Amino acid sequence: MLQCIAAISLSAQEQSKDTVVPKILNEVIVIGKKAQLYQKQPKLLATIDEYLQQSGKVEMIKRGGYAWEPIINSMATERTVITIDGMRIFGACTDKMDPITSYVEISNLSEAIIKSGQQGGCHGATIGGAIDLKRNRSKFADLGWETAVNTGFETNSKQKIIGTTINYVDSSFYVDTDFMYRDAENYSSGNNQEVLFSQFKKFNVSTTSGFIFNKNKLIEASLIYDKATDVGYPALPMDVSLAEALITSLKFEYAPKLSKIENWETKIYYNTVTHRMDDTKRPLVAIHMDMPGWSDTYGFYSKVKGVFKNHHFMADLNSFYNRSIAEMTMYPNNPNENVMFMFTWPDVRTSYGGLFLEDNVVLNPYSSLKFSASLANHFNKVANQLGLESLQIFYPNMKESKNRILKSVSSNYFHNKNGFEYGFGLAYGERASSVSEGYGFYLFNSFDRFDYIGNPELKNEKSVEGNVSLGYATKKLSAKITSSYFHISDFIVGKPDPTLIPMTIGASGVKIYTALEYATIFNTDLNIEYQITANFKGKGQLVYNYGKDFEKRNLPFISPLRYSASLNYKVNKFSAEIMVQGNAVQTQFSPFYGEDRTPDYAILNLASGYSFGIEKSKWNIRVGIENILDTNYSTFSDWNNIPRKGRNFFLNINFAY
Amino acid sequence: MKFPLKNIIAVMAMALAFSSCSNDENPSIMANELEGLNKIQEITNDTHIVELYSPTGTLQQGHNTISLRIKNKTTNEYEKNATITWAPLMQMTTMSHACPFSAVTKTTGKETLYNGYIVFQMAENTMEHWTLTINYTINGIAYTANNQISVPASAKKRVTTFIGTDGTKYLLALIDPTNPKVATNEMTVGVFKMQSMMVFPVVDNFKVKIDPRMPSMGNHGSPNNVDLTQSVSDKLYHGKLSLTMTGYWKINLQLLNAAGEVLKGEAITDAVPTSSIYFEVEF
Repeated sequence: MLQCIAAISLSAQEQSKDTVVPKILNEVIVIGKKAQLYQKQPKLLATIDEYLQQSGKVEMIKRGGYAWEPIINSMATERTVITIDGMRIFGACTDKMDPITSYVEISNLSEAIIKSGQQGGCHGATIGGAIDLKRNRSKFADLGWETAVNTGFETNSKQKIIGTTINYVDSSFYVDTDFMYRDAENYSSGNNQEVLFSQFKKFNVSTTSGFIFNKNKLIEASLIYDKATDVGYPALPMDVSLAEALITSLKFEYAPKLSKIENWETKIYYNTVTHRMDDTKRPLVAIHMDMPGWSDTYGFYSKVKGVFKNHHFMADLNSFYNRSIAEMTMYPNNPNENVMFMFTWPDVRTSYGGLFLEDNVVLNPYSSLKFSASLANHFNKVANQLGLESLQIFYPNMKESKNRILKSVSSNYFHNKNGFEYGFGLAYGERASSVSEGYGFYLFNSFDRFDYIGNPELKNEKSVEGNVSLGYATKKLSAKITSSYFHISDFIVGKPDPTLIPMTIGASGVKIYTALEYATIFNTDLNIEYQITANFKGKGQLVYNYGKDFEKRNLPFISPLRYSASLNYKVNKFSAEIMVQGNAVQTQFSPFYGEDRTPDYAILNLASGYSFGIEKSKWNIRVGIENILDTNYSTFSDWNNIPRKGRNFFLNINFAY
Repeated sequence: MKFPLKNIIAVMAMALAFSSCSNDENPSIMANELEGLNKIQEITNDTHIVELYSPTGTLQQGHNTISLRIKNKTTNEYEKNATITWAPLMQMTTMSHACPFSAVTKTTGKETLYNGYIVFQMAENTMEHWTLTINYTINGIAYTANNQISVPASAKKRVTTFIGTDGTKYLLALIDPTNPKVATNEMTVGVFKMQSMMVFPVVDNFKVKIDPRMPSMGNHGSPNNVDLTQSVSDKLYHGKLSLTMTGYWKINLQLLNAAGEVLKGEAITDAVPTSSIYFEVEF
């Protein structure tokens, strides 16, 4: 199960490899290998959420059966940057029910590049780090058609999965398509307790088509259409009737001949997300409300990579323009009364333009030094008059727009010799407040049960970060420990204002986004892999996180000690894996942010696979049991302590010809 | 020769066009006089027609800003130098009474228009109705015109009458906002007392506390409201009213005298969801 950790590629590791063995200058665009990443997974058709949370850097906040919110280095959406092939996409849901990770299917993912802290600053200003989800792309080695069918079934939640991959490659042209449909009913927690409103239904279509000319130029167009309907959110008071995203891009890639420039990639993109919450199926609703949201983003980036002597440099000029609107209409029980209407996101326009520069200096065959710096302009404007005047109730002197300059610098040193590697780095970065933090209007958080009001006058959040890594690898054994420490000043959180009356029926109060003097977050993870015999391999992971604010109060969503260990067996075409994973008791919980103590848990999973060929077709069959002992548990990141899945049998089949 | 002649004709035609334009000037000014106003009704006597106007073209229970102009029946001209007073009167079955009203003054920036306000504390019904008497003097000659006016009940509560703890009968009328917005609205209220059946003067140096709530949505309130205090210039009470969303709002009131004692109204708590005096707005 931990195999993928290597693929997830903690960037530091990859970077050091790259720099130690400088790349040969390529004159021809190399189309990335079709990694078929998912085929390496013990569970072929796991959701991307299940896949990502195997990384020691990533955890998932879970509000339902689907569309979990990734947190990187214990930091959630506001403090991270999540992109699909470098494109910025912003969710349209004020409750973060539509994370960007829900728009890529596992069958279409070639790799998820997880970067910690400022190393992830390439696609935008971040504090915690970044994830770039890279989609599959055909290679020019296998010309012709390639077709695969994916299908699966899971007993718990009766999830039915069907998908296809159809690719066509010619000597200068390719078209890749991927389709996946999932339909799940309510799942059951341990002891067969049905978790109501945990159903979901979604499909995802992705297509990429490229044309290569003059051997070193490529034009590529891509499209993702993702539509989820009837998505239950058992942890929230509402479900989602529609989450729809259209993501399009046009890319031009150029590899100049005989030049210091290796590769020059320029992309323009557009995406639009629609999100509709739905409370009509809930039995007890104090007041019926509609809460739709829309987010449109236009953007571009132009990225140059090159080599000059021992410098591997990269420059990325990127920009986006986003428009976020969310509204709320409440229907009074008395039908003669006018509806109650407000903007929860008052048509907030964000214009961002930034330049990111990176230089990787190879000092000698064993060590390298990497510098990066970025400078960006971040402009916000409230374009809706009603929305502006709503916020001016709280901030009478508020201007309709605000401009910010965001800066970041980082430096890292890597050393790798005779299997022994180490690295350390220092960085500084800033981020602007998110749309909700800056301009949200009565956003109900069902976790701490407060209504949140944005604050347009927030200062930039600033992070000083240090990281170290230490690793040792031989043919049989590999072990690596990485740690990062963040000191974040003007840390943005909601602070209760006892003078304010909550709008949401049943809410405990109102919190205004404000800045704490500082907060500190520390993360460390240890990964070990050991090839016991030719057939047996053992893996282990141990993760520890720590987060406190300046008053030594615990931060929310800080993982307790968590671990996983697995034993893999592989002989010829058969593979099997047994895995245990668990958390220690969450002692460092934060009642202030709505958390309670989460007990420890441990679950046991079993998976096995068999691959074979019949004539020209290739079959890949996986069966497994998750949570074999049917443990009833929930983790620190389960919103409102909703329980996780109980025992689940799965069958995944991949068939290609 | 041809060209100059043509030119002359053209110039003459233009001159004609301009002169005809200047003839139309008066009606356009007249139209401008009534910008944003609609006629409520006319009250006539032997010599004049008194035209009553309001933004909606109707009157309603509560505070009404009323504009008027007087047309001379003989000359068909509107009077520009009239001195006007008015006297609204409620004709009840057993008695009659007046209501709070302002003086009638010439509207600034207008030639023929006069205006003031009247606070009708009750609506008409089948048995009881309001009449309005307009007394005016033009060039030293006094005239009067009188007729029944229609004052239907307002859809939402805009006026409240009550007896304060000091034994005096008070009357509060909502003046602004007339078009409430999701914003911080300027709020204006008139505070009057009933001195006699016919005399309702403005009360000075009191305070009106406000607490807007939405009873349909858990009785939640809004922040940064400013209680109303009297302004020196118009003698009315001004403050700020925050409305965080559209819909039905109940503006709970408390009336405090100059010493800061509550004469009427309750503070809102979980146990007291509404004050005994309030206004309503819905938008």
